[in-house]
Amino acid sequence: MSVLEQLQYYFEFPFVRYALIVGVLISLCSSLLGVTLVLKRYSYIGDGLSHVAFGAMSIATVCDIADTNYLTMPLTILTAIFLLRSGQNAKIKGDAAIAMLSVGALALGYLLINVFSKSANVSGDVCSTLFGSTSILTLSNSEVRLCMVLSVVVLVVFVLFYNKLFAITFDENFAKATGVKADWYNFLIAVIIAVIIVLGMNLVGSLLISALIIFPAMSAMSILRSFRSVVILSAIISVACAVVGMLISILASTPVGATIVVCDIVVFAVCQIFRKE
Amino acid sequence: MAYITATDLAIGYDGQKVAEHINFEVKEGDYLCIVGENGAGKSTLMKTLLHLRKSLGGSLTYGDGISPYEIGYLPQQTVVQRDFPASVWEIVLSGNLSKTGLRPFYNAKEKANAVENMERMGITHLKKESYRNLSGGQQQRVLLARALCASSKILFLDEPVTGLDPKVTAEFYALLKQMNQEGMTIIMVSHDLGSSLEYASHILHVGKGEIFYGTVEEYRKSKVSTEFHERFEGQEEASVTEGEGK
Repeated sequence: MSVLEQLQYYFEFPFVRYALIVGVLISLCSSLLGVTLVLKRYSYIGDGLSHVAFGAMSIATVCDIADTNYLTMPLTILTAIFLLRSGQNAKIKGDAAIAMLSVGALALGYLLINVFSKSANVSGDVCSTLFGSTSILTLSNSEVRLCMVLSVVVLVVFVLFYNKLFAITFDENFAKATGVKADWYNFLIAVIIAVIIVLGMNLVGSLLISALIIFPAMSAMSILRSFRSVVILSAIISVACAVVGMLISILASTPVGATIVVCDIVVFAVCQIFRKE
Repeated sequence: MAYITATDLAIGYDGQKVAEHINFEVKEGDYLCIVGENGAGKSTLMKTLLHLRKSLGGSLTYGDGISPYEIGYLPQQTVVQRDFPASVWEIVLSGNLSKTGLRPFYNAKEKANAVENMERMGITHLKKESYRNLSGGQQQRVLLARALCASSKILFLDEPVTGLDPKVTAEFYALLKQMNQEGMTIIMVSHDLGSSLEYASHILHVGKGEIFYGTVEEYRKSKVSTEFHERFEGQEEASVTEGEGK
């Protein structure tokens, strides 16, 4: 069977098509916001949030909530808002707060799942939540729909607020001084990051979602010079890597998340070779 | 009626007052330099004027047809900006942001405004260049063009010549002087006392316990000025010797 025939065969299954659609949408959203996140020095917040999302998902699993997103999403959004605010008020230093939250959530999540889970294959469950190994192929119809709706919302918000996001990313004080409600937009960014991370957990797992946010942005930033071109290229890289990574993982039976991230790393390395300056 | 009137203004952060009983006013066409020791509250005052911090007492009013956010602002350069992938055009255009309100994109008038201000600052040929590849002097002109897009009346500058070489610094001051003569009101925080006295029309001295506001002539004669000048000269000499030591 040639590669094409093989792919054709796989694409007859609706769950494979769903997985591809969801993969493209998530990688698109994460890369768009990724540029803002990296430039605002918020990358580590994304990383912390993904661990919190894992903890929240464990709680949802243990509590037997049918769709774990309903608990994971609000909890992650709340944490995002909290982290952003703590960064501003700095009673506990921002980076320390994030480190504590992320390892705390990771430990608590694993503990809960281990002690209370009714599943026969605990380590398999944990592994797929962390690395997204199989969950992308077991998405339910409602999960796919939720993912599509939220992705479209994220995209629309990004396009509508593009100029404002650029301004507060480049120079928050200038934006504030000229009357832009920067705090509100930071809040918006926090919420969107949280949404993307929870969605992305399905695709690449909670440990690897940061890679989806950071790598395409860094690749594009190293070779292009304007904000808009960086955003566009980063979206292209991210979607291309997601598609290629998913196809490879289907054909070679490799874990989806890790394969996508490796594609991102390869592109990043290539971009470093062509780096200008 | 003045553009900005501060009456018994108190400034600071986290509820701690850094300086109080500040009184001054800025009228159309003024060139006000805010000078004083480090840590005496110059930057805090600037942030308060820009609404980045709340005042801790007294009043700050904006009048004479200027709205509180109709402000051009040239900030101290931050670390984020130095490696930021943004073209000159994108940055200058973003000065128009406050005019867009809820509209998501810039209209033709705002784009024309950006083109005009790039022309005015002599950076039209850099339009597509990346900000991070420009020299310090060029970067300042880009930020100045952005500030002009935000306001054609009043300009706030925070230590604008830090890190610029003497030639570029002189050019920059000349540019400001020219803009001031064309009617632009200027408020600048500066540690460069000599140039402040040379170019400004008014001086606001924010010191520990002593606040002075008046014209440059009045300032030259004041006790605050003499004392500060002596200390300032002392610092200059100290830093020069230090430099030679290395």
